Amino acid sequence: MRICALADLAPGDALRFDGVTPPIAVFHTEEGEVFAIDDTCTHQDASLADGWAEGCEVECPLHSSKFDLRTGAVDAPPAKRGVRSHAVTIEGGDIHVTVSEAEPNLPPGVSY
Amino acid sequence: MAETAAPVRSVTIVGASLAGHASAKALRSLGFAGRITMVGGERHRPYDRPPLSKEFLAGRATVEDLALETEDEDLDAEWMLGARAVSLDSSSRTVTLSDGRTITADAVVIATGSFARTLDTAPGSASPGVTEAPRGLHTLRTVEDAAALRDQLVPGATLVIVGSGFVGLEVASTALDLGISTTVLGSTTWPLSRIFGDTVASAVQLLQERHGVTVRNSVLAESILVGAPDDAGRADVTGVRLSGGEEISADVIVLGIGSVAAVGWLEGSGLELSNGVVCDEKGFTGVDGVFAVGDCSAWFDPVRGRPYRIEHWTDSRDRPAITMAALLGIDTPTRVLRPSYLWSDQCGARIQFAGRLLGGETVHVEAGTVDAADLLVVYRRDGEPVAVVGINQPSLVARWRKRLTSNQGVAA
Repeated sequence: MRICALADLAPGDALRFDGVTPPIAVFHTEEGEVFAIDDTCTHQDASLADGWAEGCEVECPLHSSKFDLRTGAVDAPPAKRGVRSHAVTIEGGDIHVTVSEAEPNLPPGVSY
Repeated sequence: MAETAAPVRSVTIVGASLAGHASAKALRSLGFAGRITMVGGERHRPYDRPPLSKEFLAGRATVEDLALETEDEDLDAEWMLGARAVSLDSSSRTVTLSDGRTITADAVVIATGSFARTLDTAPGSASPGVTEAPRGLHTLRTVEDAAALRDQLVPGATLVIVGSGFVGLEVASTALDLGISTTVLGSTTWPLSRIFGDTVASAVQLLQERHGVTVRNSVLAESILVGAPDDAGRADVTGVRLSGGEEISADVIVLGIGSVAAVGWLEGSGLELSNGVVCDEKGFTGVDGVFAVGDCSAWFDPVRGRPYRIEHWTDSRDRPAITMAALLGIDTPTRVLRPSYLWSDQCGARIQFAGRLLGGETVHVEAGTVDAADLLVVYRRDGEPVAVVGINQPSLVARWRKRLTSNQGVAA
């Protein structure tokens, strides 16, 4: 699935992609890598694309849970369940994502 | 620097809450393979306290939901829970527990947190026959405190909260949702005005009022009123007397009047105590092999130029990693600590703060309005943004937080 042109997502930036449910967050790190994970924090409803990404980690903008951008695993509480990570490829200058077939870990009260 | 001459083979972490847990996690992720002993005054494994005034108090979260350890986490620690530390011999790094056990290790990490402050005069002590703490009077720090309070928040109860800080306002919001008539008594001009100033605090007042909470400001709760004692010398609370003599009736009273660093057990240890364990910029106490993290510690703050105790959740979680690197003698590159960050969820709103306020900053509403209780406020010192508060503005707060780092960062 094509997300956008790589050139349209500057290093250090992230975007929320609503073309799938639940939405996914795509990060272009300062180091030049591109990662895709579920956008919704597993602790409470928040958009991880708004979070603070540094290295291979993003911190949720609400309650500061940290997730590994490579695997989606929880690096720091209060979240206890990881987000799904999605395979990213760069084809012809575009970011493509293959959405995981695993069940998403949505926070209490959130459904799509 | 916190060099210990010999390699560290064992670490005692005194305090099994957020900062203690983060310390153990950091030691293992830094490759430490030695013995870790976790001492906890409470009988629980590490749990998260912010939900105690919110989801847990409302009955929407269980004790299990509060656990800080994830399912597949294995800290390989020895847990000594349910016994408080009562003394530290800092020269031998020996901790003595309330049940008489002692633990000696190469390094000690002090993470004993804080207690909820109580009134100077014991409530009811002036009433004849009252010998026990009255029923209906609560503070909120532990999961047991929250469960006891929840049991009393029943339909028809009248709740009065003394203190218009974060805990008091969050409890008020939750209680109102449970259908409890709720009044907050604050000593400041507006709720949270001492921290955020009048602009943001007047928006917080509106949030609470629209939710249905009565917030009275600039009042001083002088004493807790109690009824006649039973045979066991125990009485029920009946209300609060204000300094002007006015009496406000209540069945349930919560004291949300701040916290005190839990450092009494360190008297006589030789450590410097001043509203927390005094430390350098990395949590080193100056005594070989002894460190302090979290609510009980007062790290040197280079901007303020003095030790400063921070009680923010995120600092308690993130700072131990710096300390553990120092403890293990691992040279960490100079890194920039993110500006302090805190949140408060109340009355259906997200209040978020990042940065450092020393007082005297200019205040500018960048987005939204006070009247809508939906806004972003930026505080500036010498024209530079030094702090930001958002109410229901998580995206903007996230963006501003990053802009604060360069001029607010603490080299650590």
